Amino acid sequence: MTAENRTVVVTGIGAFTPLGGDAASFWQGLIEGRSGVAALTEEWATDLPVRIAARTAVEPGEILPRPLARKLDRSAQFALIAAREAWADAGYETPATDDSSKLDPTRLGAVIASGIGGVTTLLDQYDVLKEQGVRKVSPHTVPMLMPNSPAANVGLEVGARAGVHTPVSACASGAEAIGYAIEMIRSGRADVVVAGGTEAAIHPLPIVAFSNMMAMSKNNDAPQHASRPYDKNRDGFVLGEGAGVVVLESAEHAAARGARVYCEAVGQGLSSDAHHIAQPEPTGAGVARAIADLFAHNELDKAEVVHVNAHATSTPQGDTAEVKALRKELGEHLDHVAISATKSMTGHLLGGAGGIETVATVLALYNRLAPPTINVDDLDDDIDADIVTGEPRTLPEGRIAALNNSFGFGGHNVVLAFRTV
Amino acid sequence: MATQTEVLEGLAEIVNEIAGIPTEDVELDKSFTDDLDVDSLSMVEVVVAAEERFGVKIPDDEVKNLKTVGDAVNYIIENA
Repeated sequence: MTAENRTVVVTGIGAFTPLGGDAASFWQGLIEGRSGVAALTEEWATDLPVRIAARTAVEPGEILPRPLARKLDRSAQFALIAAREAWADAGYETPATDDSSKLDPTRLGAVIASGIGGVTTLLDQYDVLKEQGVRKVSPHTVPMLMPNSPAANVGLEVGARAGVHTPVSACASGAEAIGYAIEMIRSGRADVVVAGGTEAAIHPLPIVAFSNMMAMSKNNDAPQHASRPYDKNRDGFVLGEGAGVVVLESAEHAAARGARVYCEAVGQGLSSDAHHIAQPEPTGAGVARAIADLFAHNELDKAEVVHVNAHATSTPQGDTAEVKALRKELGEHLDHVAISATKSMTGHLLGGAGGIETVATVLALYNRLAPPTINVDDLDDDIDADIVTGEPRTLPEGRIAALNNSFGFGGHNVVLAFRTV
Repeated sequence: MATQTEVLEGLAEIVNEIAGIPTEDVELDKSFTDDLDVDSLSMVEVVVAAEERFGVKIPDDEVKNLKTVGDAVNYIIENA
């Protein structure tokens, strides 16, 4: 039951994104090379320096009943919708705590992260306090704004009693959650873990705060062209929102119940920069150490890696440093690796990025197709790698692997690896 | 002075808004917690909405005594 280093597989996926409200429509949008970015039409956006963002394609209020939705921060709403999809996709029909369930709830975990937590709840309720007084502040405020709220609500939904966790590492949070979940299963703490990332930070304060860091694109006149990783004219990231969730399971557990397996979740590589609170390490040394850590601690050959879903947020420094790191660790083999920057279409979901990009990576392996990177009109001379642009790229036959990179403010580097079965 | 029927109808609308329970199911003998899916946090919302609607003050100490819809209706009628 607690054998070390058990094989972990992906048996369910769910996505609630700017390109579509489920994994199928998300994937369709990626393959079509569609942008989910649009002008913000809210009145509060009128005077902001940044007036574009990638809202979810579907409003969560159209899916969740209102009495439930009003007790959940928008980030938890996204996570719950994506988790329900992933749970059903994995073939589970009831929470593990139901009498009819064949799954032991003490062997089920949930690890869902967000980078910022319930920031819109916090700010909205502060407005309520100032404008309407003490009595009108919602009693649900604390359970809505706490960063572990999406994980806790997903844990309640599926009946997880092996452990519910929320790693926080800014824009690496979603990937760190999935890495943590893989370790929970490998080490024998759980047989099944629902894992992913979510974020809902489209609000004037976060937008202005990121903008004042000079981190965001101000290409307000051309929203769909603003997120342009690897292009010479990239000028920062575009804020997106949404969630991506996967069901991870020990290979034995999945086989015993005859589950459909998308791919193997091989493992993670981790490092930290100790360089700057918000700047990427310009040579990519920290990212390179995370990639090296991945290969050092997992049975994975570099030659198997044929695709990378890059972190590539469309910032001048970060995109270049990541490619340098990939070149350093993969050497000439990088010439045979199809790199996709799906943030060109979805914008940057911060803590949700690792979630939806894991779903994208899983589907790229399952369909053997790498999504395009849009808006690369003039490839930066410093990008010495094979960027998939234009049409999606067919990936090779045989046993192939893919990486999903996520890095966060604070110098957190997470590299996840997946492989066909 | 509101009648029992008026207060019950008003409370039913509030419970419907907060917990999604159909208004016709909000009856005098129903328990907020056990029958109407109103947990302790949502009960605070029900109380604040009822105070506003009926112009009554329901102190925090009193809320724990309001176990059924009938308890709340009686309190509101007596204190409005």
